[in-house]
Amino acid sequence: MNHEIVIAGFGGQGILFAGKVLVYAGMLDGHQVSWLPSYGPEMRGGTANCSVIISDSPIGSPIVNDPGVLVAMNLPSLDKFENAIVKDGYAFIDSTLISRKVERSDVKSFYIPATQMAQENGMKGLANMIMLGKVIRELGVMDMESVKNGLMKVIPERKRDMLEVNLKAVELGYNY
Amino acid sequence: MADKVLMKGNEALAEAAMRAGCRHFFGYPITPQTEISAYLSKHMPKRGGTFLQAESEVAAINMVLGAAAAGVRVMTSSSSPGISLKSEGISYIAGCDLPAVIVNVQRGGPGLGGIQPSQADYFQATRGLGHGDFHLIVLAPSTVQEVIDLTFEAFDMADIYRMPVIMLSDGILGQMMEPASFPEGTGRELPAKDWAVTGTQGKRKKNIVNSLYLQPEELEAKVMERYERYAEIQKNEQKCELFMMDDAEYVVVAYGASARVAKNAIVAARAEGIKVGMIRPITLWPFPVDAIRAATPNTKAFLTVELSMGQMIEDVRLACECKKPVHLCNRTGGMIVKPQEVLAKIQEISGGAK
Repeated sequence: MNHEIVIAGFGGQGILFAGKVLVYAGMLDGHQVSWLPSYGPEMRGGTANCSVIISDSPIGSPIVNDPGVLVAMNLPSLDKFENAIVKDGYAFIDSTLISRKVERSDVKSFYIPATQMAQENGMKGLANMIMLGKVIRELGVMDMESVKNGLMKVIPERKRDMLEVNLKAVELGYNY
Repeated sequence: MADKVLMKGNEALAEAAMRAGCRHFFGYPITPQTEISAYLSKHMPKRGGTFLQAESEVAAINMVLGAAAAGVRVMTSSSSPGISLKSEGISYIAGCDLPAVIVNVQRGGPGLGGIQPSQADYFQATRGLGHGDFHLIVLAPSTVQEVIDLTFEAFDMADIYRMPVIMLSDGILGQMMEPASFPEGTGRELPAKDWAVTGTQGKRKKNIVNSLYLQPEELEAKVMERYERYAEIQKNEQKCELFMMDDAEYVVVAYGASARVAKNAIVAARAEGIKVGMIRPITLWPFPVDAIRAATPNTKAFLTVELSMGQMIEDVRLACECKKPVHLCNRTGGMIVKPQEVLAKIQEISGGAK
């Protein structure tokens, strides 16, 4: 197994958080993992993204130049990374915020109205977890239990009451 | 082995420093090293230590000098432009024979440059971090685990050899997270700090920490004594990783983050049947001359992979005594070399798969 993932969107959408949940869960499942955030000025108001690798062999470069999986949560991110996706790769699109379709015909595209779903279900700010749920379902990279373990590590102790709603959001995406 | 944790390289370095007994940190914020300061500002006071954000880099490094003179484990961290500001103080620390750990999370230069990852401070760290005849021990981690392990080593080596040690990191290693765990220590035997200025209480002769020697005979003798210590370090402390070197005919030399990129390329080149391996320096000073020298007879060509215009390449040429061609694959200014670029260079040099 070797998944090279780019998660991208606006700063404040929980892009880096979603990546952290994935790598923690992957690590606890016994895989090799790495996580690398963008840290340029683009984080302030523009796009934020992170490179996530989950693999069964040792990880060299933590930079994902050609993602097998793109999770795009705003239009600039889709514009920026669409052409970089490898052939037969995956694109997960938050269709509430991105009205256009993926133009590539050689990638598997999934459209999830995650931001709208979050709003309708009283999960404001958890569109990232809804996207994550769909991603793990389609990739078959881990189960709900793993994600729960990952969330337990990433959500700080004092915010533990957020665990339940985060898990619900993941489930919502998983079953979409 | 303790439980694995996921941490950013910068945070792991900060935590490792405290676990290695560092209770004093003086710094000034700068991207991409900020997480080191942020982590220590939060945790150092809880462990009975001093975290101080100084008014400038120059102030911070002189606070490091003072704390080191008092015999405590002390660290400062910065990124490239900030290290330049600290260079005067680093020369003084070396001239006073004081142990200290200085972290450089490199970014693009010269000048204010940029904030993206770089390895363009190789010359500065290994040749000239300040005026005068002196060396620094320069350690170059390539994984978050190594960031931790080498931080422990850095404090021990600083104490053993009574000199500043540079942790040469970069924006990628500082910002990335990967699993790592914390060791108990290095197991090295440490000398007593009987030279520290801790107050005599009238019981012993006073210790003096000083780098001023107005008599040239005295200064020359002092520098020469220091260079005997450097020779001992060059003999005992060279460290590198050999990757797929057993039958290698082409040898990549890369350190830190660029070595990670190079590994991807080497694995891909091996899959094409190209006999390529890597010598990854872990100590940049002392440079692993012995490993390069040992590999030279069986090597057709070397290739350095650097995030600079080619700086370490000079040490590789010196180590192989220019007996074999040494090529360069590089990006600079905060741009990161891609595995495909390194692979293309390996294919070009080797003439492709046999």
